[in-house]
Amino acid sequence: MKPTSIRSVILASSVGTLIEWYDFYIFGSLATVIASQFFPKTNPTAALLSTLATFAAGFIVRPFGALVFGRLGDLIGRKYTFMLTLIIMGGSTFAIGLVPSYESIGVFAPILILLLRLLQGLALGGEYGGAATYVAEHAPPDRRGYFTSWIQTTATLGLFLSLGIILITRHSLDADRATSITKFNDWGWRIPFLVSIVLVAVSIYIRLKMKESPLFSKLKTEGKTSVNPLKESFAHKGNLKMVLLALFGATMGQGVVWYTGQFYAQSFIENVCKIDFEQSRTILIWAILFATPLFVVFGKWSDKVGRKWIMLTGMLLAIITYRPLFNQLLSISDTTGKKELITRMEIKTKMVPIVNTGNSLRTVTTNHFYKEGIQVIENKTDTVYADQSRLSLKPDIKATKLLNDENYRWMIIIVFIMIVYVTMVYGPIAAFLVEMFPTKIRYTSMSLPYHIGNGVFGGLTPFIATLLTTIYTGDKLVGLYYPIIIAGVCLFIGAIYITNKIGLNVND
Amino acid sequence: MNSIKKNSGIIWILLGPFAIFYLIKTAASEIAKKPVIDTKIQWIVFVVIFIPIAIGLMIFGWYALKGEYDHLPESSKEL
Repeated sequence: MKPTSIRSVILASSVGTLIEWYDFYIFGSLATVIASQFFPKTNPTAALLSTLATFAAGFIVRPFGALVFGRLGDLIGRKYTFMLTLIIMGGSTFAIGLVPSYESIGVFAPILILLLRLLQGLALGGEYGGAATYVAEHAPPDRRGYFTSWIQTTATLGLFLSLGIILITRHSLDADRATSITKFNDWGWRIPFLVSIVLVAVSIYIRLKMKESPLFSKLKTEGKTSVNPLKESFAHKGNLKMVLLALFGATMGQGVVWYTGQFYAQSFIENVCKIDFEQSRTILIWAILFATPLFVVFGKWSDKVGRKWIMLTGMLLAIITYRPLFNQLLSISDTTGKKELITRMEIKTKMVPIVNTGNSLRTVTTNHFYKEGIQVIENKTDTVYADQSRLSLKPDIKATKLLNDENYRWMIIIVFIMIVYVTMVYGPIAAFLVEMFPTKIRYTSMSLPYHIGNGVFGGLTPFIATLLTTIYTGDKLVGLYYPIIIAGVCLFIGAIYITNKIGLNVND
Repeated sequence: MNSIKKNSGIIWILLGPFAIFYLIKTAASEIAKKPVIDTKIQWIVFVVIFIPIAIGLMIFGWYALKGEYDHLPESSKEL
C-alpha cells in the first residue's frame, strides 16, 4: 500500500475515533454542571450521584455496543459500521446540548439525558474495534503496532480536546472571569456539546472517501464472511478461550491502569488534595501533552520486541509505584506542619442582598499563604438575617488550594509518570487484540474484551476507588487497592498464558 | 510452564465464586448501612455486571485446567 494511502487510512480512522472520545468525555468532565441542570437541585449529593450513575451507565452499555456493532462490522463491513457509530455518537452529543433543563421540562430532562448517554455508550462500544481493525487490516505485519498506535492516541487526545474546549469556553463568555464562569454554568456548558456536530461532519466527510478494508473485501468476494459472528465468537470454545484470555490477561489490567492514570488521578487531585478546578485540569492537560507521543513510541517498539512485555511492564510499574506516587500528590498539597505566613493573610467580605427578603448572603473569602508556596482559599457562605434576633445557620465552607510553580510542576511530573504507564499498556494493545482473532469475526471478538476491560473494569475505577475511601475512611489511598489488585491478577495471567510472537498472520 | 498454566486454573475457578460471594456480601452490608435508592442502584449495577465476568473467570480457569492454553492458535484453522 502507498504511504499516502496508509496515512489517509490512519487519519480517517483516528480523527473519527478522537471525536467519539471527545464526545464521550465532555459529559464526564461536566458531570457537576450537568447535575445542577438536569437533576433536582434540592439534594446536590443525590444529583451528583445520579450523574455518576449515568456516567457509569455510559460505560456499562459499551460492551453491548461492542456486540451490536461488532456483529454488524463482521457482517456488512468495517467502514459502514464505524460510520454509523460516528453518526449516532455525534447526533446524541449534539442532542444533549439541546435538552431543556429540569426546571423547564421536569423529569423528562434527566430521562432524555440518560437515554442519550446510553446511546453514546453504545456508539463508543462499536467505534474502537472498527477503527483498530480497519487500520490493522491495511498495515504490513512488521508495522502493525506502529500504525494502530495512532488509533491509541485518540482516547487521550479526545480527553485533551474536551478539557481544552471546556476551559476555553469557560473563560470566553465574558470579559469578567467570574461572570464568564457563571454564564458557563448557566448555559455555556452546552457549547462543547454543540461544537461536536461540526467535528463529526468533518470526520464523516473524510471517512466517506475511504474504501472498505482489503481483507474484509476479499472475504466478502470469496463468500467467506461469518453468518453468525456472535455465535462463532462466543459459542465456539476455540475462540471463546481467546476472548477470555484477551480480557483477563490484557484488557482488564490495561483498563484500570488507563483510568487510574488519567481519571482517578485528576479526581484525586481535585477532591482529595483539594486543588483548584483549573489547576487540577491543566496539570492533566500538560501531562497528557508530554506523554501522548509515547503511545506511538511503544506501539512502534512492540513491532520489534513484541506486545506482551511492554504491556505487562506498564502494569508492573503501576502496581509498584501507585501508592508512592499518589502519596506524593497528597504530601505536596498537604498544609499540615507547613508554615503559614500570617502577615500575608487576606480576608474579604462580600454581602449580596437577597431579593424581597431584607436578608443578605454573606461570603467571607480568606486567603492563607504558606511558606512552601501553597495558597489556601477558604470561602464561608451564610445568610445574614434582617431580623437580628435570628441567628445565622452554620456557614457553608469550601476550601481550594492553589499551587506555586514548583509544586505545580511536580504534580505534572507525577501525573506524567502515570500516563507513561498508560502509554505502555495501551499503545500496543490494538495490534495485540487484532492478532488474536480471525478476520471474519475480528470486529466482534476484539471489541467485547476491549470494552469489558476498559468500560467495566477501567471505567468504574474512579467510582469504585472513591467508594472504597468512603467505606475505609482511615486511609486516603485505599482506593488504589482496586486498580492494584486487578492489574496484579492480569499481570500474572498475562505473564504465564500470553505468547510474545511477533508479526502474526492476520490475513485469515 | 504448562503445568503452571494448568494448576493455576484451579485458582481462577475458585476466584470466581469468591469474587461473587465478596461482592454480594459487601453489597448487602452497604445497602443495609444506607438503604437509599442511590446505594441500591449502585450496588445492583455492580452485582449484575460483575457476576457474568466472575463466571467468565471460572470458565477461563476450567479451560486452563484442561490444557486449552498449552498451545495458543497461530491461524484461524486452529481455532
